[in-house]
Amino acid sequence: MGIEILGLPMMYYIAMVAKVLVAFVFVLLTVAYATYAERKIIGHMQVRLGPMRTGWHGLLQPIADGVKLFFKEEIIPSQASTFAFLIAPLIALIPAFITFAVIPFGGVIEVAGYKIPLQIAAYYDTTAGQVFDVNVGVLYILAMSSLGVYGIVLAGWASNSKYSLMGGLRASAQMISYELAAGLSIIAVFMLSGTLSLTKIVELQSGMGGFEWYLFKQPLAAFIFFICSLAEINRTPFDLPEAETELVSGFCTEYSSMKYAMFFMAEYANMVTVCALTVTLFLGGWNGPLTAAMPLLGPVYFIAKVYFLMFVCMWIRATLPRYRYDQLMHLGWKVFIPVALVNIVVTGIIGYFI
Amino acid sequence: MNPITPIINGMAITLKHMFLKPVTLQYPTERPKVAARFRGLHALNVSHDKAKCVACYLCPTVCPAKCITVEAGEDANHDKFATVYEIDMLRCIFCGYCVEACPVDAVRMTGEFELANYKRQDFIYSKERLLEKK
Repeated sequence: MGIEILGLPMMYYIAMVAKVLVAFVFVLLTVAYATYAERKIIGHMQVRLGPMRTGWHGLLQPIADGVKLFFKEEIIPSQASTFAFLIAPLIALIPAFITFAVIPFGGVIEVAGYKIPLQIAAYYDTTAGQVFDVNVGVLYILAMSSLGVYGIVLAGWASNSKYSLMGGLRASAQMISYELAAGLSIIAVFMLSGTLSLTKIVELQSGMGGFEWYLFKQPLAAFIFFICSLAEINRTPFDLPEAETELVSGFCTEYSSMKYAMFFMAEYANMVTVCALTVTLFLGGWNGPLTAAMPLLGPVYFIAKVYFLMFVCMWIRATLPRYRYDQLMHLGWKVFIPVALVNIVVTGIIGYFI
Repeated sequence: MNPITPIINGMAITLKHMFLKPVTLQYPTERPKVAARFRGLHALNVSHDKAKCVACYLCPTVCPAKCITVEAGEDANHDKFATVYEIDMLRCIFCGYCVEACPVDAVRMTGEFELANYKRQDFIYSKERLLEKK
């Protein structure tokens, strides 16, 4: 315990590595089994069974899919811009995962006398007696989620195919339009919280047995943020960049093997991120009954809330058909952005008088 | 028109369907129950250990796909019988006209529907193979 590296105790580094490993492995597993859950849930919603053959009720399906994709032939089109073509899946995948660095998934736990906040980019300062985390966590997440679009645009352009290019262009236009509305809708949350740090935002929602959640104070913002986030990560009903029926899978038409899988991992990882962010901003994060007595319940509540929102994503996917492109733009620019702006103004007026 | 209610109604329908019993049939392990009048593979009816067929040629005549080949022969009692009775399953359209046309009820259709094979030759069902399906 006495050893210090760069002025920080050894325990700090151990806890950091452990948190990174646990969170990363957990997200990877969630991503893998989100594909299975999606096929199962949509299957049952369509009165089918979904995967049933690999393992008990198809439980090994994600592993079988992964192994299959690994052994598929890797094809790089001869006219493609090779470097950009190779780097695009990584650019799509990495921002999807690194956003988890700032999402708090639990309170402060104590291991061998050392207090560890359950958030990767945070530590507990014993002298100050409080948790320090990235104080612009939301900005960081917004920045990373807009980086993800570069992977898709680059993939579309580098493939040198018309369908891919169309997919890439659609992705960029869609992301720009919906990022605005999503960003505007969380401004209303900051106006209430007065901070950009995700830990503080979660703390502010802890009281009143769940009625302090920003979902109840800002229902409109929560709704707009969730829908716009769905559009930003290209989930149905806003999956126009990959529109199978018109664009032959859009930006990933020319991709095969593991690079194709990377795009899908990025899509599902983005879904996990968006659900985790919505939970943090609007559903009280890891707060729940008895978290003060048992800090390990925090992650359980957090995961349960995230999984519920992921179920809602799949539910929406099973219900709604894809929007037409002009409808998508109409919805983004003429409905969500004005409503988000009005929401900010109303929040400001009410906040001024209360 | 209000765009929200149709979405909510749709979500309610999908959620309701999630709790219905799936209609999927786990095919190789669960078998479908074919209807009593299902028209599958043909079978030649047997009476007194012999095929009932009297080689009257009505079935190849009525067959719209021309998939039945019959050749007549004469047995020891001077009765007509089919020395050759072949059905080419690659041509057969399973219309059941042969069954309707048969004056002696010698041919019928079974519930057998898995007729895949590896060689084209194997799709031509000879008299012996048709008799086996009793």
